[in-house]
Amino acid sequence: MNTLAETRSLAEVEAILSLIPDPEIPVISIRELGILQDVQLGTDDAGSQVVEITITPTYGGCPAMDQIRDDIVGALAQTGWKARVTTRLAPAWTTDWISAQGREKLHTYGIAPPHAAGGAQQATIQFATKRIAGHAYLTGPKAIKDQQNAAIHCPRCDSANTTETSHFGSTSCKALYRCLDCMEPFDYFKPY
Amino acid sequence: MGVAANSQVNYLLHLADNALILGQRDAEWCGHGPVLEEDIAMANISLDLIGQARLLYQHVADLQADGATEDSLAYFRDPDEFRNYTLLELPHFPSATGPLAGTASAERDYATAIVRNFLYSALMQLLWPALEQSTDAQLAAIAARAAKEVRYHLRHSRDWLVRMGDGTDESHQRVQSALNHLMPYTQEFWTPSEAELEALRLGVGPDVASLRPQWDDLVNEALTEATLKRPSDIGYITQGKNRQHSEHLGYVLGDMQVLARQHPGAQW
Repeated sequence: MNTLAETRSLAEVEAILSLIPDPEIPVISIRELGILQDVQLGTDDAGSQVVEITITPTYGGCPAMDQIRDDIVGALAQTGWKARVTTRLAPAWTTDWISAQGREKLHTYGIAPPHAAGGAQQATIQFATKRIAGHAYLTGPKAIKDQQNAAIHCPRCDSANTTETSHFGSTSCKALYRCLDCMEPFDYFKPY
Repeated sequence: MGVAANSQVNYLLHLADNALILGQRDAEWCGHGPVLEEDIAMANISLDLIGQARLLYQHVADLQADGATEDSLAYFRDPDEFRNYTLLELPHFPSATGPLAGTASAERDYATAIVRNFLYSALMQLLWPALEQSTDAQLAAIAARAAKEVRYHLRHSRDWLVRMGDGTDESHQRVQSALNHLMPYTQEFWTPSEAELEALRLGVGPDVASLRPQWDDLVNEALTEATLKRPSDIGYITQGKNRQHSEHLGYVLGDMQVLARQHPGAQW
């Protein structure tokens, strides 16, 4: 059980951490993104107080992880806290960990938030063949059902009439989409 | 380090080298993709693969505890120490009589790059989830991460396989040639190496041959959709995972390792 002093200190640390943005999508914090897993107060080998922070990487190859580690240590050092950051791989990070507030911020920023990862994980992701691609894709009843299941809403005009421009976008986590109503391009945060 | 731990390391290096070498080959399309979206796709896939390799090398370095690092394992081992499948080191060229290095734009065939990614991703779509059950907890954690990534890789290469196969006469002919050239190399997937047998015995890795029926289903289904003909599995079974490589690996490593070897320990 935390003592009152520790609770106050932890709250102070949490407040600092909650302000650290994701380096690649600075509108959302690492807390809202679900990277920040655990915060504890401990002592180092020399007996001085240290904040133990556990983070889970979004992607194995995410180049932002080193930056995030440095940002955490740097932000806490500014207010005199010593931090130790450890990386935990299991359970693997999933877009389902992005908080409701985080999703809202992504949406406002112009990134369509991810669909639930559970569904996408069960179904092998497949593409339409040439014959049912494009406009013909909207013809059959099954095609329409598939389209509705896969509908990604435009973060600007909320239209479901959108199309994927590229499965891979400016960062590992995003795909490139285009709205066929307002004609604006936008990013979709891929479910992982 | 004990014999058992050593064998586990060899298996982990096999997985890591696969990811690194294909990651390096896919990265060769960065700035050279046939269209911008594909340039970005290949760079993204490469980044995922190199990320997988980094986690696996770091795990090996932790197990060895002999001063090895992810960088020393990637940059300071020679071709005869690498354990990747031969398939993954080949140039993007649809025949065995092609260039040795094969990085010039005139020597790159995108159909070959796509078919290679497809054959390997179809395997990893099955192998990574199987490895989530590994007795090596760190490997299981890495596998859970990678299993999410490979679904997107398979989706990408499968989509292009179908589009090119069921496309124009030329795209069909080129993707069929690439398939005819690369398919025999997949025999290496199914003949277990000593490291794989040891991993199986330790519960670290699955019986890879048991994945074959599902792999055949994935491949055959896509080839049918792509109107492609599956070539027969005949010919020499390559031995890359047993550290016997084609002449191409030296060129891949030369390109990848030269900077680190010229400036060992450099920081920036």
